[in-house]
Amino acid sequence: MKIVVCIKQVPATSEAKIDPETKRIVREGLKAIMNPFDIYAVEEGIQLRDKFGGEVIVLSMGPEKALLSLREAISLGADRAILLSDKAFGGSDTWATSYTLAKAIDKIGDVDLVICGKQAIDGDTAQVGPGIAAHLDWVQATYVLRVEDADSKSIKVKRMHEDGYDICEMDFPAVVTVLKDINIPRVPTLKGCLAALKIEIPVWTHAHIGAEIEKIGLDGSPTRVVKTAPPPPRNIITKRIEGSPQDCANQLVREFRIRSIL
Amino acid sequence: MIISDSKDKSKYSNVWVVAELLSGKIQPVTHELLGAASSLAATRSSQVWAVVMGLGIAEQAHSLFAFGADKVIVVEDIRLSGFIDEIEASIMVRLIEKYKPEILIGAATARGRALIPRIAIKTNCGLTADCTELGIDPENGDLLQTRPAFGGNIMATIRCSNHRPQMATVRPRVMKALEPDYSRSGEIIRENVQDSDALKIKRIIEVYHSDQAAVNLGDAQIIIAGGRGVKGPAGFEILRKFAAEVGGAVGASRAAVDSGWIPYSYQFGQTGQTVQTKAYIACGISGQIQHLVGMQSCEVIIAIDKNPDTPMMQIADIAIVGDLFEVIPEIITNLASN
Ligand SMILES: Cc1cc2nc3c(=O)[nH]c(=O)nc-3n(C[C@H](O)[C@H](O)[C@H](O)COP(=O)(O)OP(=O)(O)OC[C@H]3O[C@@H](n4cnc5c(N)ncnc54)[C@H](O)[C@@H]3O)c2cc1C
Ligand SMILES: Nc1ncnc2c1ncn2[C@@H]1O[C@H](COP(=O)(O)O)[C@@H](O)[C@H]1O
Repeated sequence: MKIVVCIKQVPATSEAKIDPETKRIVREGLKAIMNPFDIYAVEEGIQLRDKFGGEVIVLSMGPEKALLSLREAISLGADRAILLSDKAFGGSDTWATSYTLAKAIDKIGDVDLVICGKQAIDGDTAQVGPGIAAHLDWVQATYVLRVEDADSKSIKVKRMHEDGYDICEMDFPAVVTVLKDINIPRVPTLKGCLAALKIEIPVWTHAHIGAEIEKIGLDGSPTRVVKTAPPPPRNIITKRIEGSPQDCANQLVREFRIRSIL
Repeated sequence: MIISDSKDKSKYSNVWVVAELLSGKIQPVTHELLGAASSLAATRSSQVWAVVMGLGIAEQAHSLFAFGADKVIVVEDIRLSGFIDEIEASIMVRLIEKYKPEILIGAATARGRALIPRIAIKTNCGLTADCTELGIDPENGDLLQTRPAFGGNIMATIRCSNHRPQMATVRPRVMKALEPDYSRSGEIIRENVQDSDALKIKRIIEVYHSDQAAVNLGDAQIIIAGGRGVKGPAGFEILRKFAAEVGGAVGASRAAVDSGWIPYSYQFGQTGQTVQTKAYIACGISGQIQHLVGMQSCEVIIAIDKNPDTPMMQIADIAIVGDLFEVIPEIITNLASN
């Protein structure tokens, strides 16, 4: 089974502090980490390889420093890594990102399965996985919480929906996006860390993958950010209630009635 | 499709809503999207269309007129009884090419987030996920799509000037449905599945329904939400009593969920659910921006916190300064005795 796992390096926004004055993220000292969902994607790739043979290739599009996240994936047990890095990729939205990743997957060749995280925590879009599938015209299963079975030709997965689950079977080649429920990621081994230090990671540009220049980067991105603004304030006059717990309760219940909440 | 000039652009009109179905039933988010679509269509002097794909749905499709649809495209086929993204995307691509909508909105749900990106890529269009606001640029008629970015710390407004249709997804309970007007009627258009839609598809083997996947807020109009200040699962028991007394539902901040006091499906905020209820009572929740984006559209916000200076206490309509473990039991007693 030839598996490509797509990983994205993201700012560790859950550690972000908000500047109380400017209400903006304090970006200084914010670490770059592997997107948390993608760690589960890497683990699932490794488990499938260990069961069915083949190889796990980790793929990331991003700046040079994304090499660190790729090395982390190697330390966990991925076989090789490829970085897609090129000035021309700058400003990509999800359309251009999934096009670029799809072209790289094409170039890698004979891939059976692509695994992505459910979503990246910086954009929260969850579009790149289905986007890759659409560009390649492959079948897809999103929000996967378990791989039920697989063989050399197909994979059977359990998908989550708001009203429950389904189990579906797809012939390769296919794309899946995974939830954190799917497995418990391992920790790197010493051997893995040594491999991560030594491995040569090729860096591919748009020329290597034969990507059309008008389909990548900002030029290839249909969406444009036209404005950013702080979230809208709520225009209200706050009624403050203080005093003994009984007083507070009385006043609140009166407010419930006045405002016809009850 | 990529649009080269304004003549091309004018070939596209109307606002489409992709109906969200769960267990074969049209979901309320569809009505909310129709509400948003109605105001966009009014500004653009165009129509609201809905697309419903499934099996045994024709009857339900009629109900969409009351919520603002002018036309409903119904695609019914045995192959649409399960959720097969590939078929639905392929149908949508054909319908878009045939009828050329200017705007297309879908639900940011498990299904919508699988289907709409596939449609967007196949039609060469941009897509903005999880919009909290949709409007029309008065200058050129483009759709302005606003969504939270960088963990909700800023709102980004996005446009797709050179592609039609303009596509966006919206999470449940973000937009408001219109009051249904059952005297409204409209036109049903029937379309078929073609064999070419089903060339490369998955096979659905089993389907289970379970309501454990999401909290059922039902019709609750009051939410009692707890945060780190609730201090543990026992604290949530007090909130449940409070909720039972007012006929409300319980919710939580991420801090409470991450502490393991209550399941993730109860979380409100950027990475949880969004609500727009009549009242939201935040107990021991400081009101960080990521939480606020999930609840700040509720009509009346009430905060109970020991600390009078938290962001939640500033944005609340009613701010009770006090210890929730003392105040809430008094509220319950007071309500029970009345
Ligand atoms: C990318 C990202 C996504 C996020 N998504 C979400 C999300 O979806 N939802 C979410 O909620 N958060 C989210 N967060 C986390 C968010 O930033 C906050 O950390 C979280 O909301 C804080 O929860 P809290 O208000 O319960 O806890 P705290 O901030 O610790 O607030 C606890 C409050 O309880 C009060 N208190 C303590 N004891 C008592 C008492 N006895 N009586 C009364 N009051 C008391 C304290 O004064 C304090 O104000 C996200 C963060 C990031 C970075
Ligand atoms: N630049 C990237 N490089 C590699 N994989 C990516 C990239 N962006 C997104 N992905 C993959 O797509 C998933 C969903 O990302 P998103 O659509 O941005 O929420 C991630 O979990 C990754 O698996």
